[in-house]
Amino acid sequence: MTTDTIDTGRREFLKHSALAGAGLVIGMTLPGRGRAQVPEADSGAAAFFRADATTADFSPNAFVRIAPDSTVTVLIKHIEFGQGPFTGLATLVAEELDADWGQMRARSAPADAELYKNLAFGVQGTGGSTAMANSYNQMRKAGAAARALLVRAAADAWEVPAGEITVSQGVIAHEGSGKTASFGEFAEAASEFEPPEDVTLKPADQFRLIGTDVPKLDTSIKSNGQAQFTLDVMRDDMLTVVVAHPPKFGATVAAVDDAAARKVPGVEDVQTIPSGVAVYARDTWAAMQGRKALKIDWDEAGAEMRSTEQITADFETLSEKVGNIATDRGDVAGAQPGLAKRLDAVYRFPYLAHAPMETLDCVIQAQGDSVEAWFGSQIQTLDQQAIGEVLGIEPGKVVIHTMYAGGSFGRRATQASHLAREAAEVAKVHGQSRPLKLVWSREDDIQGGWYRPLNVHRLSGGIDDDGNIVAWDQTIVGQSIMAGSAFAGQIKDGIDPTSVEGALNLPYRLPNLRVSLHSPESPVPVLWWRSVGHTHTAYSTETFLDELLEMAGKDPIDGRLELLDEHPRHAGVLREVAKLAEAAGPAPEGRARGVALHKSFSSYVAEIAEVSRGDEGPRVHRVWCAVDCGVAVNPNVIRAQMEGGIGYGLGAIMFDAITLEEGGRVRQSNFDGYRSLRIHEMPEVEVSIVKSAEDPTGVGEPGTPPIGPAVANAWRRLTGESVRDLPFVKPA
Amino acid sequence: MKLNINGTAHDVDAPEDMPLLWVLRDRLGLTGTKFGCGVAQCGACTVHVDGQPKRSCVTPVKFVGNSKITTIEGLDSPQAKAIQDAWCDIDVPQCGFCQSGQVMTATSLLTEKSDPTDDDIDGALAGNICRCATYVRIRQAVHDAADKLAG
Repeated sequence: MTTDTIDTGRREFLKHSALAGAGLVIGMTLPGRGRAQVPEADSGAAAFFRADATTADFSPNAFVRIAPDSTVTVLIKHIEFGQGPFTGLATLVAEELDADWGQMRARSAPADAELYKNLAFGVQGTGGSTAMANSYNQMRKAGAAARALLVRAAADAWEVPAGEITVSQGVIAHEGSGKTASFGEFAEAASEFEPPEDVTLKPADQFRLIGTDVPKLDTSIKSNGQAQFTLDVMRDDMLTVVVAHPPKFGATVAAVDDAAARKVPGVEDVQTIPSGVAVYARDTWAAMQGRKALKIDWDEAGAEMRSTEQITADFETLSEKVGNIATDRGDVAGAQPGLAKRLDAVYRFPYLAHAPMETLDCVIQAQGDSVEAWFGSQIQTLDQQAIGEVLGIEPGKVVIHTMYAGGSFGRRATQASHLAREAAEVAKVHGQSRPLKLVWSREDDIQGGWYRPLNVHRLSGGIDDDGNIVAWDQTIVGQSIMAGSAFAGQIKDGIDPTSVEGALNLPYRLPNLRVSLHSPESPVPVLWWRSVGHTHTAYSTETFLDELLEMAGKDPIDGRLELLDEHPRHAGVLREVAKLAEAAGPAPEGRARGVALHKSFSSYVAEIAEVSRGDEGPRVHRVWCAVDCGVAVNPNVIRAQMEGGIGYGLGAIMFDAITLEEGGRVRQSNFDGYRSLRIHEMPEVEVSIVKSAEDPTGVGEPGTPPIGPAVANAWRRLTGESVRDLPFVKPA
Repeated sequence: MKLNINGTAHDVDAPEDMPLLWVLRDRLGLTGTKFGCGVAQCGACTVHVDGQPKRSCVTPVKFVGNSKITTIEGLDSPQAKAIQDAWCDIDVPQCGFCQSGQVMTATSLLTEKSDPTDDDIDGALAGNICRCATYVRIRQAVHDAADKLAG
């Protein structure tokens, strides 16, 4: 492979941060052993086999619980918001444990970085599509270790050599004596032994569950209303809290008149906190009515007053100058005179809200020096730190119950823990021990910031007389997501890697390539949005390339393949997706197809979109998708993530922009102005998973980047129009 | 006031203008019905009022009177069972937060129309947003449920 250093993604550089010492890089002290007191006898293997998963857990493998009734509960260190870690990680354990799928259960692990850290991050958290990648060996080993202990207990009881015992689909057996037992029968005996230091993992050809579509563990309760989300947490004597946030980013509370709010029946308290004015009420409706009745003067001295139109124009001006150099290969300037044809393009990408189905929410209860929080915490270690800091409690003593979350797409991976911090402030200023449920409305969500950064890209390039692409110069202008956050240590030489990922490490043979970056500041808070930098870099690079290939008279597939000679996995998914589309026959009259290829989070995805002219712009009928994500642990989940990633990305490039009016107010407020893709706009999707023996890589995000450029390339071929100003359908 | 919910009479103390959604959730603890937008844009709060799908987030409780209200917790019909089984068979849900609303609307559709076309499905479910975009599977599962009921 070539010098593909950054493209291994956040996973890779976050790993470096972990190696450098999480305390140093992310500016925090890892929580100590603040867990409940546990008797000595509970250490080691005993922790594996306790039925009660709520008591404290000890290393080395704090992931598996086997109950006397033989149910196997896997404690999942990654939040489940639809991408499938509950099922995926339980599959890994079940595989090596030789369990029957029907006996498997999953639940969230407690917040405890020492036991449950993401091995790619060094802290407990989910993101960068790393859940499967960082857990693959760890969870298999946890299953294998538990299996070894069960076998040892059976061997002792039956007085036969351990080597003669087999385990299959949840049954422990000894052929010679004809004895069989369930896991539950030996759970207690097995807990007497120390776990083995080394275990042998199965070779891939012996997998029974990995590689199959085992049914998801959380489907049933998500089809009958029983799944418990944060919003569903009801505690005795609980109050609901909504916060009036500033109408402009960077504004703060100057003065509050809460007299009318306090008169709303059900409102019990009103308090000013750093992020706004909090209304505490008996129920959600009363809290919302109370908030409406507030009269607040805002101090706008530090606020963003520019419109997005103005910000975009400012960024465009900046893009005329070369920024901090992210990569500089060959001699871009020297190649200019030799160009037979050149192409110059400016791309404009708007701020995007994530708009997960469940808005942000958090239940918190603080009593003295203890605090418990129930919410969709995505980076538990940072959230523990933030809550602890606000309440003056050691972070390790902050108990977080990670709940099922109604989507995230990056929204809950708050690098500044702003939600956890707001919840803690709400609890602190209230000063009572009552449980409090902080709820953001949809308006809070759409207007509340933490957007995908607005970006302007300027590209210039060209081809020589033979149609070779001999110059590629890209300048990116966008706010840094990492700056000022726990991840700031990743910024090197003025380059936030999440601003340029997907642009500087193009797989194509381009002899002269330069990518530079400007990272202007704004009070508008920004955050990673499903596939982060790839959301804009895949679009600009794959459409620009497509135009250059067209200029050179080359086929979009063959033209790309010619440039991919050193990248067989890129080429593999491209060939596969071409095959899928070809099998469907030629595009019907009035439709055109476009292709895009992009690697993100170590997974390779190629997509072809078939579009026609619709009422508002492109109508996307069909999408073919090929993905190479290493070993396909659960092909059905992978297909679902590709389908969902395509739908999510398509909605955004078609319809979505957060726009700031003159003066800085956000124009959109709900799904009427900030449109989501709906069922009648969803194309048919066909997914093919390229067979691979490589370790598994991410699927939550990589399906998203190629859909925008695939649609744009199809649209250009259909209409001749290059769309470089997103979204396709301008917001009203 | 008295409400008929899932076949049971409930005596509820709530302001008349409180949306049915918050009465169900905050007063009665029926949390299967979700809050997604508050303005009838997303369908996460869909319940059946006298058999018809309604957005409970914009329905003041005073307007439901003696109507029969069914929530996801009270779904109990061959169509509902077929829908929920079909949802499970192909693992429709991802995050799951919108799925109560999807199931409620899909059940209504199947009750009205035993063999819906793609256009029928798109028409009926266009008001139910799924940010995970599980739409391909929702469409498939509605067809599967219809096929199963038809035997």
